[in-house]
Amino acid sequence: MSSRRGELDGAGVARLDSEPAVELSRNPADEIKYTTCYMCACRCGIKVYLKDGKVRYIEGNRDHPVNKGVLCGKGSAGIMQHYSPARLRAPMKRVGPRGSGEFKEISWEEALDTATYWLANVRATDPKRLAFFTGRDQSQSLTGFWALQYGTPNYAAHGGFCSVNMAAGGLYTIGGAFWEFGDPDWEHTKYFMLFGVAEDHASNPIKIGIGQLKGRGAKIVAVNPVRTGYNAVADEWVGIRPGTDGLFVGALIHELFANRTIDLDYLVRYTNAPWLVIEDRGAADHGLFVRDEKGVPMLFDKKSGGLVHALTPDASPALTGARTLADGRTARPVFELMSERFLSDEYSPEAVAEQTGLKPEQMRRIARELAEVAFEQEVVLDHPWTDWTGRRHEKMIGRPISMHAMRGVSAHSNGFHTCRMIHILQVLLGAIDCPGGFRYKPPYPKQVPPWLVPHGALQTIRPLEPLGGPHLGFPLGPQHLLLDDDGQPSRIDKGFSWDAPLSAHGLMHMVINNAAKKDPYAIDVLFLYMANMAWNSSMNIPGTLEHLTAKDDKGEYVIPKIIYSDAYYSEMVPYADLILPDTTYLERWDCISLLDCPISTAEMAADCIRHPVVKPDRDVRGFQEVVIDLGARLKLPGFVNKDGSPKYPGGYPDYMVNHERKPGIGPLAGWRGEDGTKTGRGAPNPDQLNRYLENGSFFAHEIEPHMAYFRHANRDYMEWALEMGFRVETNPVIFQLYAEPLQQFRLAAQGHGERQPPDSHRARIDKYFDPLPFWYPPFEEDMVDSGTFPLHAITQRPMHMYHSWGSQNAWLRQITAQNRLYIHRDLGREHGIEDDDWAWVSSTIGRVKCQVRLMDGVNRDTIWTWNAIGKRKGSWGLSDDAPESNQGFLLNHLISELLPEGGGGYRYSNSDPVTGQAAWFDLRVNIEKADGASETEPRFEPVKQPFEMDKPDVLSFGAEFREGRK
Amino acid sequence: MTSLPQTTKKKLGLVIDLDICVGCQACVTSCKEWNTGGYSAPLSDIDPYGADPHGSWLNRVHGYEVGEGATGRTVHFPRSCLHCETPACVTVCPTGASYKRAEDGIVLVNPDMCIGCKLCSWACPYGAREYDENHGVMKKCTLCVDRIYNTHLAAEDRIPACVRACPTGARHFGDIGDPGSAVSKLVAERGGYDLMPEMGYKPVNKYLPPRDRRDSTTSTFQPAVEAPDHNGGGDRATSFFAWADKMLSR
Amino acid sequence: MHPAYSVIFFTTASGAGYGLLVWLAMASALRGFPADWALGLIGLGLALALITGGLLSSTAHLGRPERAWRAFSQWRSSWLSREGVLAVATYIPAAILGISWVFYETTQGAVVFASVLASVLAVATVYATGMIYASLPTIRAWNQPLTVPVYVTLALATGGVLFVFVLSLFTPLPTWAIVLPLAAVIAAYFTKRFYWEAVDESPRSLRPENATGLGHLGKVRHLEPPHAQANYVMREMGFKVARKHADKLRRLSAYLMFLVPSVCLLLLLVVSTYTAPLFALVAVIAMGVGVVIERWLFFAEAEHVSMLFYGAEAA
Ligand SMILES: Nc1nc2c(c(=O)[nH]1)N[C@H]1C(S)=C(S)[C@@H](COP(=O)(O)OP(=O)(O)OC[C@H]3O[C@@H](n4cnc5c(=O)[nH]c(N)nc54)[C@H](O)[C@@H]3O)O[C@H]1N2
Ligand SMILES: Nc1nc2c(c(=O)[nH]1)N[C@H]1C(S)=C(S)[C@@H](COP(=O)(O)OP(=O)(O)OC[C@H]3O[C@@H](n4cnc5c(=O)[nH]c(N)nc54)[C@H](O)[C@@H]3O)O[C@H]1N2
Ligand code: SF4
Ligand code: SF4
Ligand code: SF4
Ligand code: SF4
Ligand code: SF4
Ligand SMILES: [Mo]
Repeated sequence: MSSRRGELDGAGVARLDSEPAVELSRNPADEIKYTTCYMCACRCGIKVYLKDGKVRYIEGNRDHPVNKGVLCGKGSAGIMQHYSPARLRAPMKRVGPRGSGEFKEISWEEALDTATYWLANVRATDPKRLAFFTGRDQSQSLTGFWALQYGTPNYAAHGGFCSVNMAAGGLYTIGGAFWEFGDPDWEHTKYFMLFGVAEDHASNPIKIGIGQLKGRGAKIVAVNPVRTGYNAVADEWVGIRPGTDGLFVGALIHELFANRTIDLDYLVRYTNAPWLVIEDRGAADHGLFVRDEKGVPMLFDKKSGGLVHALTPDASPALTGARTLADGRTARPVFELMSERFLSDEYSPEAVAEQTGLKPEQMRRIARELAEVAFEQEVVLDHPWTDWTGRRHEKMIGRPISMHAMRGVSAHSNGFHTCRMIHILQVLLGAIDCPGGFRYKPPYPKQVPPWLVPHGALQTIRPLEPLGGPHLGFPLGPQHLLLDDDGQPSRIDKGFSWDAPLSAHGLMHMVINNAAKKDPYAIDVLFLYMANMAWNSSMNIPGTLEHLTAKDDKGEYVIPKIIYSDAYYSEMVPYADLILPDTTYLERWDCISLLDCPISTAEMAADCIRHPVVKPDRDVRGFQEVVIDLGARLKLPGFVNKDGSPKYPGGYPDYMVNHERKPGIGPLAGWRGEDGTKTGRGAPNPDQLNRYLENGSFFAHEIEPHMAYFRHANRDYMEWALEMGFRVETNPVIFQLYAEPLQQFRLAAQGHGERQPPDSHRARIDKYFDPLPFWYPPFEEDMVDSGTFPLHAITQRPMHMYHSWGSQNAWLRQITAQNRLYIHRDLGREHGIEDDDWAWVSSTIGRVKCQVRLMDGVNRDTIWTWNAIGKRKGSWGLSDDAPESNQGFLLNHLISELLPEGGGGYRYSNSDPVTGQAAWFDLRVNIEKADGASETEPRFEPVKQPFEMDKPDVLSFGAEFREGRK
Repeated sequence: MTSLPQTTKKKLGLVIDLDICVGCQACVTSCKEWNTGGYSAPLSDIDPYGADPHGSWLNRVHGYEVGEGATGRTVHFPRSCLHCETPACVTVCPTGASYKRAEDGIVLVNPDMCIGCKLCSWACPYGAREYDENHGVMKKCTLCVDRIYNTHLAAEDRIPACVRACPTGARHFGDIGDPGSAVSKLVAERGGYDLMPEMGYKPVNKYLPPRDRRDSTTSTFQPAVEAPDHNGGGDRATSFFAWADKMLSR
Repeated sequence: MHPAYSVIFFTTASGAGYGLLVWLAMASALRGFPADWALGLIGLGLALALITGGLLSSTAHLGRPERAWRAFSQWRSSWLSREGVLAVATYIPAAILGISWVFYETTQGAVVFASVLASVLAVATVYATGMIYASLPTIRAWNQPLTVPVYVTLALATGGVLFVFVLSLFTPLPTWAIVLPLAAVIAAYFTKRFYWEAVDESPRSLRPENATGLGHLGKVRHLEPPHAQANYVMREMGFKVARKHADKLRRLSAYLMFLVPSVCLLLLLVVSTYTAPLFALVAVIAMGVGVVIERWLFFAEAEHVSMLFYGAEAA
């Protein structure tokens, strides 16, 4: 600070005689640029203060729909991410053995030539021999499009190991889901239940929301084995035993039925509760809906006393009563089937008490509280609206119950059904997209499930030809599986095969294992982007590293070529042969599109961009630029003009503006049309990016009040959504309490239909493709000896760390540079383990040594730790003695990517049987005190640092801004 | 100067809501980020990429477990300088580098005068002063003195960085000396309290205690009359269907 | 509290220096012995060397030693500043005394005034040093009525033993020159003992429940520290010494600062003039080591209330 008065500007000095002058109003920035944060995938709007060409400060953008000005712990540490010493400097090619970290820096020309050569060969011969998988990226609409044009069936992003259970569970039930597709109505909700969330993707919105609820005195119930973070501030902590949420929610539903506190009118209006299900055990259509000749489901209309189309506007549907069909068979409404399941003693609070570890009284009380709030504390908004039948409603009446669930529920092998159950619990209370309830974020709701089937069956793959359509989708039955002529998986990850029929996001966690075992086939190039697959995002890391380095008889790598794009020197980099170094998030163009996972909120459809707010000082390129460049070099349709010249010579910005998916629909929805007056649909606008920049790098279209709720059945909303290209028709979304597609698979397992599962898979498909949700024990719990492995082991995300990225951040790592194993005080006592002691944690596949911290707020049978803190020596620009690699540990070493051999000797992946979601949290372990240790195990060989990293012993970032003052 | 002002015109400070804080560390890093380039720049970090990374931070968040069993809870607890009214951290300072501003009560260290004797940190009961090993001077929360009057910032942004960032809204800033201010009202309403009043430092910052829970231990919820199907036997479903039917034909 | 060696050396060395200065000044003022220039040079030289060395060492503890001069400004409120001012002020009468003693071989007349002033300022300096610690309400072990007396008596005791040693090099020791320092040693020992008892008895009344204000909700336990590695506050205030270890060190320091010097001083009453310096030297060394241990413990045993936030059970 300066005490020379003459220099002071602004508000000047406030001082007493003897007080020094303080420069109260120094200009913190030469320039402020608005862009989008990418310290995590929440995508908040940020203001980047630049001073003397450096980043001085990053602050939340108050106008931004996602974060409304606030910023989280990571976002506020962006400076240190941007200036990380672990940033890659230039393209590299591997010169030592895989895993050694020996690289040579090469030119972009050489890198792109090499990649083009490898990829062109594969494409010209056998395109499926390219597996292109992307991790935490936000440009799946581009990478997916590229893979489609390339013609490989092997493309997906990370959703399969992340939370596809949540996404698919919701999309197959209500056409939307908690997972990035919806939010609680923070403004009106009065009772909020949070299942299995430590942080979520909606990092800041949830925090803002929780603050709001707390301020309003809404009740928050947190269902979680661990009481930290959000769960710590809840009014009620339900310290459930992992993997048993389905029982708990089942018991709540049981109670709602038993107490007769469900919203029957809502069920009749918006769900398939009245739809009739054929009851003809053994028949090929048993358990399917009664349909007319056009295939429209039918219900019994009490008014006319006969069967009518399910979408008959003025019908008076019956929810109960068996009906005799014209052919003499009987059919019963979904409602009856569902009530029978949940009214059964199996789901009574008493029956589930032991398994869940919860008291029956607590479950009873919560069920009653839900009913009371839903039915006696309605929220009424004076917004007239029109439903899909054309009926006008003067008010919007809402049941102010909302729920949110994430990986604590979805990362179990019974997650799909549990997710469905939670959505159904909300439906039964009438709390979907109503004031106070769960709200969709545009472009949701979709049809249930979305009308999009997967593409990439091997029979359709031809050299040099694009795929017939997008890779990922939502099968309605076995006919949509991607199988070869022998019924074997078409995809390297076995997605959309009998192993995981509804794997709507693929199974990225299985790619390396399958490729190394050439099961179902060998590949030639593994192309990965932004996923630390050699470390924290793989199960069984020792096994994964073996797979990545496995060699055949001739001494060649079984996975011959690995191309990887990372921005930092992560654990994955040493395992690739060709490195395409990305920029940091402050240095590139990015597009967070409505075609992808947009930043919409319940109130507005929105998308946003990133742009280079600082120039890279290294020889790095934005990956999207590289993808477009490679597309042009490979002459992929969609990336070249007819004459073979690049279609987007201006690179990614050019693509963002000029690419059209359908006429008038492109990556960005704002300011379309030649003059920028169109929203959603319109011709490309050459000035579009400038308009984004002027608006703080985002676009938001506010949804009018009459379209703000009941959007699954709101005529005006449907019409608007159609116009925007979000929907393909304006029929209402009917919630599927009963999921017929699952029954289709079950029928196949029972021997019906042309496509039959292999016998080894029949029983499994039959059991798990129940059209009504149900609970079953997670696989690992069922298959390993609970006596030997009596404990559950789970992880939580630290709010201030993003997976493995955070550890290179000089500020964030000071907060957490080592992770402890948290165990219940009583458990510690039993094992003679005290605070700070070291312990061994063992699973069926290995053991890990770690340091313990005792606590009270954890389920007695559960141990846990922070996710992704443990680091491999040599990575992330850290010194070899960094606590991250000597005291930090991962549970991933203990999680098997394959289940133990079941019947028939086949080893399924450790995933949900319906969706293929990785079952990270099924892990069963035991613990034992370790003597006198102070270092974690296992520790792997350090990787070499391939280039000089600028790692100061002392960092005094900001001193230069102070000097500048003098 | 290290004599304390008799009174200060304002008592600017923070009010921290322990009922809402989720321990996200946003206030911690946003504080670091602003202040490492601000009034007391830099806030140095020692061994930032090595075995013992540590540095100067003006705000830190602890996690505590409080109580046991059913009534136990986890409380996140942000801690920074409380801008005490009668703090010994100022009066012990031999150089006058530490002082309390008469204008607004903010306790500051003048980084150009501090000799780094560390005595003030010994005198602070709250562990709120952090010595910068590299810069050789004492650092502490400045209440973002270079933000709150900064005319280069929009008026609504003239608040401390930590308050600006806090995603849950657990942090409030204002004049605690003015009983009419929003923060004072909040303190009155929620029973805001001083940390360790027994030390006699009269902290300006206030903490709002966690609210009573509404779980099984304190719930006032009265169940409705026992529902008919609760103890129903085999025909539970039948009677339920009859009810549903009746309800729908209303 | 972290026992910083520069501070330990500073307080012990300057304490001994000021103590020696007091003994020399008072003894010469009261004509305890002839004003031999060599005695003056060595005695006062040693005293001033210890004082100066201590003061210099204390600046090693500063982050910005080049700004040390600023520390004189806040004498109105800061004991540290007062200590600095007094320390410097002491040099003036001490220098007058030294000059007249060494160069003019006189310690009488107006010089007596300087001697008395030097003694008063020396004691005041040590008093101020003690007050730096005693005035901190944050550290129970220091915030004690006996903290300052311990500093003063220990300064006089260490200075006294030094005085005996220096004197023994020049003259046969008069009885008073043994008995009075012995009395100082005994007084220091008992002050310190009472101090230890008082500290051990004074209640550790503050707990994490007080620190966080969450006591009404139950027992408070630290679950998640704010940072992975120790920060400055923990390094500085969180230093801890095991009780058992501390007890052993207390005993050792008591032997060294009390038993050994007392025995040596008593023996001085009977041994020959030639062997006297040897016994005195043993006393000096034992006392020195004893006080260093005592001072180390003074820091190491002191608990700072801020540690309550970091998991300390009481303070
Ligand atoms: N035990 C356990 N394991 C888990 C989980 C768990 O809960 N428990 N969670 C799982 C889940 S849900 C997920 S999503 C995965 C996440 O795991 P990953 O997706 O592997 O996440 P990161 O570790 O962040 O790795 C992403 C990689 O992207 C790189 N990167 C960062 N920024 C950029 C950039 O701008 N450009 C490029 N090209 N690269 C960049 C990083 O350096 C890093 O190498 O982990 C899974 N693993
Ligand atoms: N700061 C930060 N934010 C992130 C990420 C990050 O790494 N850091 N990662 C992003 C990614 S990729 C994802 S997928 C999301 C995930 O966000 P979250 O879903 O919040 O992910 P986790 O941290 O894995 O939290 C899982 C929670 O479920 C609990 N849990 C485990 N098993 C069970 C169970 O059986 N039942 C119940 N009820 N709870 C259970 C755990 O205790 C934990 O609190 O976060 C995203 N946001
Ligand atoms: S939640 Fe935090 S890290 Fe994620 S985008 Fe928002 S500010 Fe950035
Ligand atoms: S909290 Fe500590 S540093 Fe801040 S004014 Fe009070 S005593 Fe001083
Ligand atoms: S460290 Fe600096 S601010 Fe603190 S007392 Fe010493 S001179 Fe004053
Ligand atoms: S007021 Fe400013 S300096 Fe103080 S804790 Fe908050 S951000 Fe840090
Ligand atoms: S930013 Fe807010 S919620 Fe997060 S730790 Fe700080 S005070 Fe708590
Ligand atoms: Mo994820």
